[in-house]
Amino acid sequence: MASGVERRLLAQGSTGWARRAKDRFATLVIAAAFGLAMIPLISLLYEVGKRGLPGISLEFFTSDARGVVAGGGAEHAIVGTLVITGVAALISVPIGIMAAIYMTEYGTGKLRRALTFFVDVMTGIPSIVAGLFAYALFEIFFGPGIRLGVMGSLALSVLMIPIVIRSAEEVLKIVPNHLREAAYALGTPKWKTITRIVLPTAFAGLVTGVMLATARIIGETAPLLVTTGVIDSINSDPFNGRMQNLAVYAYNEYRSPGVMKQASYDRAWAAALTLIAIVMILNVLARLVYRRYRTEIS
Amino acid sequence: MKTTGGTPVTGTSSAGAEAAVGRGAKTIEAKEVNLYYGDFQAVENVSMKIEPNKVTALIGSSGCGKTTFLRALNRMHELTPGASVDGQISLDGEDVYGAGVDPVQVRRLVGMVFQSPNPFPTMSVYENVAAGLSLNAGRMKKAEKDAVVERSLRGANLWEEVKDRLDKPGSGLSGGQQQRLCIARAIAVEPEVLLMDEPCSALDPVATLAIEDLIRELKDRYTIAIVTHNMQQAARASDLTAFFNLEKSGRPGRLVEIGATETIFTKPAQQATEDYVSGRFG
Repeated sequence: MASGVERRLLAQGSTGWARRAKDRFATLVIAAAFGLAMIPLISLLYEVGKRGLPGISLEFFTSDARGVVAGGGAEHAIVGTLVITGVAALISVPIGIMAAIYMTEYGTGKLRRALTFFVDVMTGIPSIVAGLFAYALFEIFFGPGIRLGVMGSLALSVLMIPIVIRSAEEVLKIVPNHLREAAYALGTPKWKTITRIVLPTAFAGLVTGVMLATARIIGETAPLLVTTGVIDSINSDPFNGRMQNLAVYAYNEYRSPGVMKQASYDRAWAAALTLIAIVMILNVLARLVYRRYRTEIS
Repeated sequence: MKTTGGTPVTGTSSAGAEAAVGRGAKTIEAKEVNLYYGDFQAVENVSMKIEPNKVTALIGSSGCGKTTFLRALNRMHELTPGASVDGQISLDGEDVYGAGVDPVQVRRLVGMVFQSPNPFPTMSVYENVAAGLSLNAGRMKKAEKDAVVERSLRGANLWEEVKDRLDKPGSGLSGGQQQRLCIARAIAVEPEVLLMDEPCSALDPVATLAIEDLIRELKDRYTIAIVTHNMQQAARASDLTAFFNLEKSGRPGRLVEIGATETIFTKPAQQATEDYVSGRFG
């Protein structure tokens, strides 16, 4: 080292030490906060895994619970969950995406603001209210005590539509305006600009939003208790008769366990585990779709 | 105002048939045009003629309404909420804002290239060039489309660089290539007028020169209006120059003068123009 060099870059005595200490302390606090946040999540997954696995068997996935005294499976509940949620998504996705298109591409002024407000309010609707709404609606036409799979789907759509609108709106908003202008400058009508330029550009984000919204409603219990009812056998027709689903199934296995209590509890936990697995699969799918179809927006 | 100068153009499906053949450059003329954003007047009383087969440069400081005026020429201005137009703009004698005129049809005849390159990110190079045709011209034979794409890319001096990667995403090209891709996309629909809004502002000097060369070639087939902040660019690439200015900020921009580019840059009629082109202003 040349003797003439003034060493200014070295840590300066006690100030350097104090700064490093502060840095370490802050890092520690943040890491601890993260750890605390992870505890409930990890312990939940661990507990559901530990208690759910004993109930998982071939029988659990391949048989229903009709007429069984002990044993039986949850196939009817799995089928019901998939059908009810699928129909709910079929109702919610077109309505939600079209509403979001209205709000980002067409809506202006007061009407738009009013819609945003109501969508926000809808996001906060308690799920049992959605269930009672669907029940009250069907009761008008089919009389008291009506229970149908599609009623559950309708109740879930009431919960799902605002989530789809919100996420789709965010995604459509980040499609840059200069792409719309580029299309207009080629003499493209507005509807074609939306269907051929805006929607494809936003595709990955839209799919992700829909999948996350689906994951959000798939575990709903309360609205389904009052709309799809409880049943022990497989029913895959949403327009005919009661329909079981995993959340209500888990609830029932716990509430009225029958003679072999432990086996019922195991099945309830297995249903919970299955539900979590489905949600995880949806999440992974959402990520895969996002990676595959994401468009780089400059 | 707003007298219809010719047959009103309506309908949105007729452009395809003639899109493949050149339409030829046409004159676009503004008469006493005032442009507003809500209550704010951005451009006041502009009358000028943009002549066919010539490059007309619009110069002036930021906020003086050049871009607003350019966007009014193909009815892009009205896409901004609250924007309005007063006065007359005609394309080859026909009122662009006349009753029954479809803005979509106007934009098919008056194309536009934007400040920053904006290829469609979901589309390949080929699809980007063919976008105007695929979106608006209805069905078209593959061979015919291939020919238009090649001709447009050659027209934009981009063919040699991208002919081996036509199926790659358009957004994977360099900035200068992307801008030429956007020019190819604009000329693929054979417009009569091509508007360019600072097409080189996001590009390096080499890419800028490539675009300027291209602009000089394109004027053989199109009427070209270009907004630029670059004095040398206006001097190099344009035949006519229009100087816009505003008295002070908050006031609308006005056209100070328009004339042959050489005249504007050497002996303009107005003192304000001379100050601006020589770098003394304020």
